[in-house]
Amino acid sequence: MPEPEPFEPLESYGEEGRAIASTGAGGASDLATAEAETLEQRPSVDAAEEAAGGPEGAGPDKKARSLWSDAWHDLRRNPVFIISGLIILFLVVISIWPSLIASGDPLDCDLSKAQEGSQPGHPFGFNGQGCDVYTRTVYGARTSVSVGVLATLGVAILGSILGGLAGFFGGAWDGFLSRITDVFFAIPVVLGGLVLLSVVTSSTVWPVIGFMVLLGWPQISRIARGSVITAKQHDYVQAARALGASNSRMMLRHITPNAVAPVIVVATIALGTYISLEATLSYLGVGLKPPTVSWGIDISSASPYIRNAPHMLLWPAGALAITVLAFIMLGDAVRDALDPKLR
Amino acid sequence: MGRYVIRRLLQMIPVFFGATLLIFLMVNVMGDPIAGLCGDRQCDPATAAQLEKEFGLDKPVWQQYLTYMGNVFTGDFGTAFNGQPVTELMASAFPVTIRLTIVAILFEIVIGISLGVVTGLKRGRPVDTTVLLLTLVVLSVPTFVTGLLVQLLLGVKWGWIKPAVSPEATFSELIVPGLVLASVSLAYVTRLTRTSIAENKRADYVRTAVAKGLPRHRVISRHLLRNSLIPVVTFIGADIGALMGGAIVTERIFNIHGVGYQLYQGIVRQNTQTVVGFVTILVLIFLLANLLVDLLYAVLDPRIRYA
Repeated sequence: MPEPEPFEPLESYGEEGRAIASTGAGGASDLATAEAETLEQRPSVDAAEEAAGGPEGAGPDKKARSLWSDAWHDLRRNPVFIISGLIILFLVVISIWPSLIASGDPLDCDLSKAQEGSQPGHPFGFNGQGCDVYTRTVYGARTSVSVGVLATLGVAILGSILGGLAGFFGGAWDGFLSRITDVFFAIPVVLGGLVLLSVVTSSTVWPVIGFMVLLGWPQISRIARGSVITAKQHDYVQAARALGASNSRMMLRHITPNAVAPVIVVATIALGTYISLEATLSYLGVGLKPPTVSWGIDISSASPYIRNAPHMLLWPAGALAITVLAFIMLGDAVRDALDPKLR
Repeated sequence: MGRYVIRRLLQMIPVFFGATLLIFLMVNVMGDPIAGLCGDRQCDPATAAQLEKEFGLDKPVWQQYLTYMGNVFTGDFGTAFNGQPVTELMASAFPVTIRLTIVAILFEIVIGISLGVVTGLKRGRPVDTTVLLLTLVVLSVPTFVTGLLVQLLLGVKWGWIKPAVSPEATFSELIVPGLVLASVSLAYVTRLTRTSIAENKRADYVRTAVAKGLPRHRVISRHLLRNSLIPVVTFIGADIGALMGGAIVTERIFNIHGVGYQLYQGIVRQNTQTVVGFVTILVLIFLLANLLVDLLYAVLDPRIRYA
């Protein structure tokens, strides 16, 4: 993969982002943002309120762009985003239609060919059961991508609702939720997975996703709580309250659009780690179970034969690494675009 | 300071009980505590009923939890599947894992922070790009794959290390497993330090230090590094617990008989006493490590005071 180049432009973007951030930190953000719209140096981060107002906020003739159109503008020119986006697009396509590039059946195995190397028509060779490694690697994308995406969605929704409500209402509920978060943080993830999943007998992906949501939501909830508390103190929220806006209107129209960026950033980066965690759990024998086709299972079953037939392990492991890398790079790019201060 | 520590210790109590209760419920409600006691076969109903009565499993769960915690506080962690007291297993397992964790943390501190300082000071140069790329590669390859590959290359193909660690598990044998265990966190520490250094490099106090003619190494070590280390220390502190719990994978690959190995055995053999006991200690270590980190803040940054 041609990665070495993308970092140069990324750096230069960082400098640009820094300049924006420093104007934002200069104190202008405390001015009522509604009035600040005509100002030329309007900090881009504060423009997010407008994004909720609809597409008219992103008009090309306006000097100030909303956070989202600004982020999209940054992302479109970021080679890291383009490369990782293309890889992810490819992965999504082959997880939906794996037969596009692999004609065989991943469960069609011939024991007489067990552990054999590369052959015409079977570029990656065969695994310990004599199944075609190439076909299994292609079909394995579906489980990894769906576990990663669904777990991230679950974690993001549950975590931001619970954390957001705690940050908005504060008080006893907030204190209680913070203690709960501490409890979940104190349990090591792999260990919790071993304990919880060792008693599950189902061979579908749902227990694994459920476990990731159960142990993953506190991370997002902490972020969401913090960013809601920050957004809540802004003057436009106080102004909305003074105008008699209801709690739900303040939350949905004013706070959510301004508080959601950090959640998106953390969730995107977490997606890659969930894919990696699924493989680790499958390696330990408690994640997914055969006949599900997954990279983790294949790596696990190939690991005893690594000395004689390393190709059985290297192909699925390489596919796993590229997938995780693509999601981490996407997360990095989204973070740079959405929150230049975080770099 | 003293009052702060006491307040923090008091705050730890509900978290400690919550975390142990959670694990206790996971193991006892979702699993079957006596299933592992009759070997691979099912226990016949009469034996099962008698065992349940003997272990107090016929009582409500909250009563079982209270009894268990009562025993824990008198130093009785129960017995493992082979009749050995769990405390004996702990005495043999924890020193090994603590050695492994020390090796891993040292790698994080020495290599992670130095790489972070170098890349943070030379942002955008080839050295920075190369190291950033390396950290991305390390982050994207799961630990168990790194471990298997390192074992294959260094242990089997080139013969630099023994592929499996002996039961004594001395420091010299744990260097490579420690590096594997630390790898992902090492990459995080590098990136975190880099960001922090690059951010503080332009700070006024650094310019002042340079302007008054301090030597470069003193500017970096006394002014820049000390101010940049707080997020890194937070990460490393929280990582101690994660490393000890996450050593399951590394210990399994390199056949190290530490906490991860015992926990894995406990889970595979469905021995609740071992699992809950070890997790209780791990949670305690995690909480104490976090307290220690918070106290370290005041050492790094004198502006932070605890009343």
